[in-house]
Amino acid sequence: MLSIRTDVRGRDGPGAEMSMTTVGPLCHGVGVPPAIEAEGLVKRFGATTALAGASLSAAEGTVLGVLGPNGAGKTTATRVLATLLTPDEGRALVGGHDVLVEPHRVRSLIGLTGQYAGVDEALTGTENLVLIARLLGQRRGAARARAAELLEQFGLTDAGGRAARTYSGGMRRRLDLAASLVGRPRILFLDEPTTGLDPASRNELWGMVRTLTDDGVTVLLTTQYLEEADQLADDIVVIDRGAVVATGTPDDLKARAGAAVLQMRPTAPEQVPIVARVAGEVAGAAPTVEQGTVSVPAGDEALMPAVVRRLDDVGVRLAELTLRRATLDEVFLALTGHRAVTQDDAKEAV
Amino acid sequence: MSTIRDLPDTAAPTVRAGDPPRRVTPAQWAGQSVTMAWRSIVQIKHNPSELLDLSIQPIMFVLLFTFVFGGAISGSADDYLQFALGGLIAQNALFLTIYTATGLATDLQKGTFDRFRSLPIARSAPLTGRILGDVLRQLWSLVVLLAIGVVLGFRITTSPLAVVAAFGLLVAFSVAFSWTSVLLGVLARDPEKVQIYGFTVLFPLTFASNAFAPTRTMPGWLQAWVSINPVSRMADALRGLLVGGPVAANAVATLLWGVAFAAVFGPLAVWALRTRV
Repeated sequence: MLSIRTDVRGRDGPGAEMSMTTVGPLCHGVGVPPAIEAEGLVKRFGATTALAGASLSAAEGTVLGVLGPNGAGKTTATRVLATLLTPDEGRALVGGHDVLVEPHRVRSLIGLTGQYAGVDEALTGTENLVLIARLLGQRRGAARARAAELLEQFGLTDAGGRAARTYSGGMRRRLDLAASLVGRPRILFLDEPTTGLDPASRNELWGMVRTLTDDGVTVLLTTQYLEEADQLADDIVVIDRGAVVATGTPDDLKARAGAAVLQMRPTAPEQVPIVARVAGEVAGAAPTVEQGTVSVPAGDEALMPAVVRRLDDVGVRLAELTLRRATLDEVFLALTGHRAVTQDDAKEAV
Repeated sequence: MSTIRDLPDTAAPTVRAGDPPRRVTPAQWAGQSVTMAWRSIVQIKHNPSELLDLSIQPIMFVLLFTFVFGGAISGSADDYLQFALGGLIAQNALFLTIYTATGLATDLQKGTFDRFRSLPIARSAPLTGRILGDVLRQLWSLVVLLAIGVVLGFRITTSPLAVVAAFGLLVAFSVAFSWTSVLLGVLARDPEKVQIYGFTVLFPLTFASNAFAPTRTMPGWLQAWVSINPVSRMADALRGLLVGGPVAANAVATLLWGVAFAAVFGPLAVWALRTRV
């Protein structure tokens, strides 16, 4: 299992950067304390343990993807970090402030967009944003100006005077994101921001997240979608049943689950069982067969020539032979023992 | 599992330049409460049915009771109105406290409350703001009720000061009573369920009183309850303040009821908010 090393004493040494190659969040800002840092978070709800000692860390200005299936504890972790829940055990610093000791300071630095858009549906888009700005202490004029600016930025200017209940799902989510940005937070929590959105709205939202990180905002994003984590996150924490099962960059994680996959498709479909048997023997791992294609994890480079030789010996001709990197989906399966949800699955489930 | 360096000890937090303030000042709290109240009033603008509830419903109650039951109960609609308006005002005030619960339940259900709790504002501002907004609703309804009453021939026979005192008593009791509504809103978490409460608790509470009919024809056991029912005591106090009659004992009883409601349901509501949210 990957260990996060955050040896601050090593920051001056020339070797510090080199020793950090496997470390996701912390290689970005050596010497700068992480924007989000949590250690051993435990949260129980009655007999249910939502968090079982989760630790994570996000460097300033990066996107940390918290990836996990439904009920893995992603929302609970977000709520603890956003000061909405008190952990039973563990500690968390957000923007350098302890969420338990100085929650008010933490709240001054963060923005939160929950799984359910927290906008007031009875109010117009403008009123929703003015409300937040006024609560944050802005004067009436400044609040209206900030609201107009955000509506413009999120393409909602025309809808600004309409009640939010008349908005589409995508517009509501955009308004919600805008509301979380009124106070120009340095750290933004996005809890499954694209769940239930159509692909176009999802892409739009992804673009907005990228714009924010370009401005130096740190983003913690929870998602069930591997694709989303792959697209947006600098670092990924894979969480399952309340515990972190892996940490690293998307590439790290892909490289670690068997590094690569060897795929073979015999010319004659009836030879698939032979290919599977041979490949399995040589690789010493269980092959998977899908649509006439056999895949085995390729641990080292010697595997491919060895398999090809053996197949040649038994007279199998291959129509296709590829060595490719594992997908995050395969990584997820290897790490958690079950498949993650894809956006297509989610759509079917709805 | 992963080895993270020990987090620095922040039990005694170090203050750095540019750090945001640690807590809210009383002035900020007041401002935030007013902003929250503004929000709760703006909601009415976009929800005409609520304005209807706040205006048409009280008027309808006055018209129905005066002209349907009035003659039968008091001999004439005029006499009945003079007797019943205080009771109608008390009943309406209790019904309005439902708004505290529906509003809160909606905020909890939709995630709006989470948004507020993630902001650097006073913990109590969403609550105080809502209650402040509900006080304004109470005042509006009271004005509507008095206006329709006067149009139909209700005569205020006391002083303007007494009318102001009636406003004050009504608001004080409503605010105290709305703690039951806060608790309900947190526990129900569903605006639809909140409405059911109105029929199962508020209807019997307001109707088993002397608000709409004199008690002398009621069975003895009911009279016993009616005489201590806070709705009866407030209705009597309001009658005293608007058309004359004993005030002090009834006003004190009403306020004591208010204190009791706040003392029991206030801590329960705060506890529910802390643990259930």
